[in-house]
Amino acid sequence: MADSAEIADELAGFALFADLTTPQLMGVAHAFEEAWFKDGERVLRQGMTGSGLYLILDGQASIRVDGEERAKLSRGEFFGEVSILLGEPPVADVVALGTLRCLVLASSAVEGFLNDHPTLMYRMLQASARRLRNANRWRS
Amino acid sequence: MAELTERPFPPGDYPLIVVGSGPGGLQVSSALRGHGIDHAVLSADMQPAGMFRRWPFFQRLLSWTKPFAPVARGTRPYERYDWNSLIPETDEHRAVMVGLMDGTSYFPSRPEMQAGLEAFVSRTGLRVRFGCRWTGTRRLDDGRFELQTSDGTYTAGTLVFAVGVAEPWRPTSPGMELAAHYADTRPVEQYADRRIFIIGKQNSGFELASGMLPWAKRIVIASPSPAKLSVNTHSLVGIRARYVQPYEDHVLGGGVAILDAAIERIERGDADGAPFRVVTRRSLDSVEMVFDADDVIAATGFVAPLLDLPDLGVATFGQSRLPAQTPYWESATVPGIFFAGTIGQGSAGLKKHGIPSNSGAVQGARYNARVLARHIATTRFARADERPAVARDQVVDFVLDELTLGPELWHQRAYLARVLSLDPTEGIRDDGIVPLAWFVDAGGPDAIAATLETDGTGAVYPVVYLRRDGTVTEHPIEAHPLLDYRTASARSDLAGILAPMLGRA
Ligand SMILES: Cc1cc2nc3c(=O)[nH]c(=O)nc-3n(C[C@H](O)[C@H](O)[C@H](O)COP(=O)(O)OP(=O)(O)OC[C@H]3O[C@@H](n4cnc5c(N)ncnc54)[C@H](O)[C@@H]3O)c2cc1C
Repeated sequence: MADSAEIADELAGFALFADLTTPQLMGVAHAFEEAWFKDGERVLRQGMTGSGLYLILDGQASIRVDGEERAKLSRGEFFGEVSILLGEPPVADVVALGTLRCLVLASSAVEGFLNDHPTLMYRMLQASARRLRNANRWRS
Repeated sequence: MAELTERPFPPGDYPLIVVGSGPGGLQVSSALRGHGIDHAVLSADMQPAGMFRRWPFFQRLLSWTKPFAPVARGTRPYERYDWNSLIPETDEHRAVMVGLMDGTSYFPSRPEMQAGLEAFVSRTGLRVRFGCRWTGTRRLDDGRFELQTSDGTYTAGTLVFAVGVAEPWRPTSPGMELAAHYADTRPVEQYADRRIFIIGKQNSGFELASGMLPWAKRIVIASPSPAKLSVNTHSLVGIRARYVQPYEDHVLGGGVAILDAAIERIERGDADGAPFRVVTRRSLDSVEMVFDADDVIAATGFVAPLLDLPDLGVATFGQSRLPAQTPYWESATVPGIFFAGTIGQGSAGLKKHGIPSNSGAVQGARYNARVLARHIATTRFARADERPAVARDQVVDFVLDELTLGPELWHQRAYLARVLSLDPTEGIRDDGIVPLAWFVDAGGPDAIAATLETDGTGAVYPVVYLRRDGTVTEHPIEAHPLLDYRTASARSDLAGILAPMLGRA
């Protein structure tokens, strides 16, 4: 278990949150909720509406399209943003690989949250650009 | 009290043991009895009703019971309007709360709620061993469990913990021990003409602030993130309308200040000044702000009193230290240990659009407990499951009736579903109420699941899930302004959605 001060400390170590002050990190820790998944449990469901933005605190997750693994995510990485930004259901399952602990922000809160934290939005954009570059590299 | 002199369930071996006599323990015991499952119920309390024997502090609930509703009182559909009565296994004890409320509010007073839970116990003849505190747990070599209690040692193959989430919790900031917890709030007159600093922007903090409005000289309510209001989130997330008055006082400049700031530390004040100084840092710009206060109250929440269950391997998460659970409220890490009552929030479900279940309140937890009892009866005690046949030409009306009248779907949106299975050998069967997360993820024969859902915009609309050849698809139906889905348009929508399924079975 963790209280928001402990979560804020964990967040401070993630690149995504590098520009935030301690009170801002506390605000983030308060705004997100903690979720826990057991091995094999689905976190995002391909084609199903209403998911959120997830940030991995502990463990790993597998991104699967039609059951086939496309990538793995681990501590400090986020997922769920694509379907929220596009307003479409996820195009992949995200499945816990072993025990997975995440922070979650509901889709409806994401836009306001990102507007309130522009530096974080910029770092998310960088991370997305990196993913896009890597995906293009695989393809070519 | 008869319950005390009787003292049922002496130490010994039982097939199943329930711990707790709050609404959660009582509901699961009633439902287990309905399935004929022999079990003991143990509680540290001396009388039933759990947390409602003490709280809410200002003596009125935030869950309602409407004496007058569009459906007949004391029927299953009436449960949608009565959030507070437990659900009996026989019809004559339905809606006990209605007869016990004095008509001044549709939110029962705390004593009315306590009386309702006591009446449920005496009318339905539930038995509890009161004054028996569970103190420790051990796993035996044969996989069964041993419970140590203040009365002696019990053993059982299956445990259901309904111990609530009511143990006071406060964060670890320096000086936090100087703050009184919500649980230690004094009689309200004692706050007359004082400067009150409340930490936490949840319902408990706003409940205290509301109650103190006529007494306090100044109220500051602070926590790092902004207050959410249920009327804005369109769900039970956020401060309930009943407790929004301090917010209005704040925006109109009355004397309540609501701040987004982290609490850095609490210090004792100067000898001749205020007894406490609260040092905060504003979330927006990190500016330090210091407040004098006569009283500091930590309305910072509660945790589940799990004792040594984590040592046994029960995984927990989040600030409330909830046990991580399967969709059927079993510990995700220690099979055989189940949870009922408000602690069942640890089985989060799909949380679609970020909206949680109502498992934290009586109106949601009571259905979880009934689904759990059935699950335990069929999976751990080999009881035959009742799955009545449904005629093919009745399916559409059956589903529309449930979507309009089914209290389980109403209170546990996108969490509990009505399921019809279409096994080619059995025909169409009513599988009853099933956790939606189970339906969506566990696989199984072709089946239909019906739920009611909200997406945070305010509408409540049906969603039908179809499982065909192991793949689940999701089909929303347009919201109806009066939430009545027995209409021609809903009928034709649903018939269209179900056509591929009903054509096959
Ligand atoms: C301040 C506050 C206000 C609330 N207001 C409402 C409301 O208005 N409406 C609503 O629906 N919900 C409300 N809730 C949520 C509420 O807690 C639940 O709805 C309900 O009380 C939970 O029932 P329960 O049986 O799960 O737990 P509880 O009512 O907390 O009961 C727990 C039981 O477990 C027993 N127990 C605990 N530890 C042990 C042990 N070691 N050994 C033996 N027995 C033990 C206790 O003695 C008790 O009998 C409120 C919660 C809080 C904190």
